[in-house]
Amino acid sequence: MPIATMLDYDFMRSAFAAGLVVALVAGAVGYFLVLRHLAFAGHALSHVGFAGATGAFLLGLTPFWGLLALTLAASTAMGLIGERLRGRDIAVGVILSLSLGLGVLFLHLYTAYAAEATALLFGNVLAVSDANLRALAALAVVSLLGLAAISRPLIFATLEPELAEAKGLSLRLVSVLFLLIVGIAVAEAAQVVGVLLVFALMVSPAAAAQRLTTRLKTGVALAVLLALAETWAGIVLAYITDAPPTFWITLLSSGAYLVALLVPQRLEAASTRP
Amino acid sequence: MSAIELTKLTLRRSGRTVLSGVDAVIDEGEFIGVFGPNGAGKTTLLQALLGLLRPESGAISIFGQPPLHGNPLAGYMPQRRAAMAELRLTGWDVVASALDGHRWGLPILGAEGRRQVAWALETVEAVEFARRPIQHLSGGEMQRLLLAQALLGKPRLLLLDEPLISLDPRYQQAVVDLVKRVQQALHITVLFTAHELNPLLGAMDRVLYLGGGRAKLGTVEDVVNSAALSQLYGAPIEVLRVGGRIIVVAAHGEVEAHAHRHDA
Ligand SMILES: Nc1ncnc2c1ncn2[C@@H]1O[C@H](COP(=O)(O)OP(=O)(O)OP(=O)(O)O)[C@@H](O)[C@H]1O
Ligand SMILES: [Mg+2]
Repeated sequence: MPIATMLDYDFMRSAFAAGLVVALVAGAVGYFLVLRHLAFAGHALSHVGFAGATGAFLLGLTPFWGLLALTLAASTAMGLIGERLRGRDIAVGVILSLSLGLGVLFLHLYTAYAAEATALLFGNVLAVSDANLRALAALAVVSLLGLAAISRPLIFATLEPELAEAKGLSLRLVSVLFLLIVGIAVAEAAQVVGVLLVFALMVSPAAAAQRLTTRLKTGVALAVLLALAETWAGIVLAYITDAPPTFWITLLSSGAYLVALLVPQRLEAASTRP
Repeated sequence: MSAIELTKLTLRRSGRTVLSGVDAVIDEGEFIGVFGPNGAGKTTLLQALLGLLRPESGAISIFGQPPLHGNPLAGYMPQRRAAMAELRLTGWDVVASALDGHRWGLPILGAEGRRQVAWALETVEAVEFARRPIQHLSGGEMQRLLLAQALLGKPRLLLLDEPLISLDPRYQQAVVDLVKRVQQALHITVLFTAHELNPLLGAMDRVLYLGGGRAKLGTVEDVVNSAALSQLYGAPIEVLRVGGRIIVVAAHGEVEAHAHRHDA
């Protein structure tokens, strides 16, 4: 299809708007997720969301709110476990698979259309409704304001937990607040790339950014830019080629990470200027 | 005024008494080396001074005040650095994270904040490598950054927990000398825990030995001798002086290995 007329379509405009909102949140929150070595926990959270979304189907509720509710509940639990969450890959993985299992059961009971399950699992950014978009934007504002409010202690607690504690900071409080924000970000990202591929928007861009710069603020900005560029480019490529946007986004985000890995150390030194 | 006063101080940790009935007075501006075997309670004592651990009984006074969680008068360099090693951030960012790091909001330093970070980095002579990712720093450079961090807010008391750990002897001496210079330039009180006495001999005013739940504070001559250490540890200890170095040996092996093991 001709690119020139792309923006004549409502669904395309909505897709770009949703992509913008979600990339802002996923990139920024993802940066701290990676910094705190919680990438896998974030991945698992989205799967818990899957059980929530399919459960909401069953109860006749909007799946997005079911996804968000269960994700936030799991975030709180993980936050309370706190620092000990690190290295708990097995426990997190068990919860992840249980959640997917429950999701499958709920889908079975609901006898849902495959299309709905696919959209949940792999996202469908080309089918974002206006109501959806408003909810995404409102949640993005909440999570970004929350992230701004906790960013200073979050950085301190992440880099220097022992010292932060000695200075009177509650590591557990920081951990719970941050994971609640992660919960929102995961629910948002799932709208674009689906619960299975939240990694592509939250982890890969952030990890690439951390390879490319050693400055914190530059890193956050770069993670957001990468997430946004990958999402928008993915939507455009899907429009041109007919392959789903999620495919393009995962391809671009993996590609960007790979390129970041290959960037020689020289560039790294150049990027350390203030 | 004295910097630290411990009165009949008893500290317990998970039901175990770590220190009991410790009395000590440390004057302002003193450089105190804190020694003792693994598990003697060096870290525990520092944490009590920081208000992280409440005394079971007895009292602690810091510049005339009880310990305060988040006390701005005390700069702290923790022993364990779980998160640090693989960080790809610059030393500057890591040091700066501690400036008012416990306050909510965005991490915007402002001109004054940047001045403070720059001052701390200059004080520990770390300016030249502060822009490099800390992943690529040597152990000695890393310790200098952590010292800079402890100096933010210009504390009057520095609590340094094992700054010499995993440094080779040359760097050990450099770190001790640096701390001594900083201490004298800023007129602050320093508690410096370590396993090895010798690198600190030229820098310390007095030593605090911990062992068997008790503590002994005094000059190197008064404390580091066979009679005093044997009494503290409740086991025969020999102290040898060889060419300006002091070697502490247990008569029956055991204590020495614990008392002065290098934690490299
Ligand atoms: N967070 C903790 N919770 C419970 N017990 C602890 C804790 N930290 C230390 N302990 C115990 O308190 C005792 C004193 O430990 P501490 O860490 O103060 O010794 P240390 O002199 O600093 O030893 P090291 O030379 O190994 O650093 C030890 O028996 C230790 O097992
Ligand atoms: Mg210790």
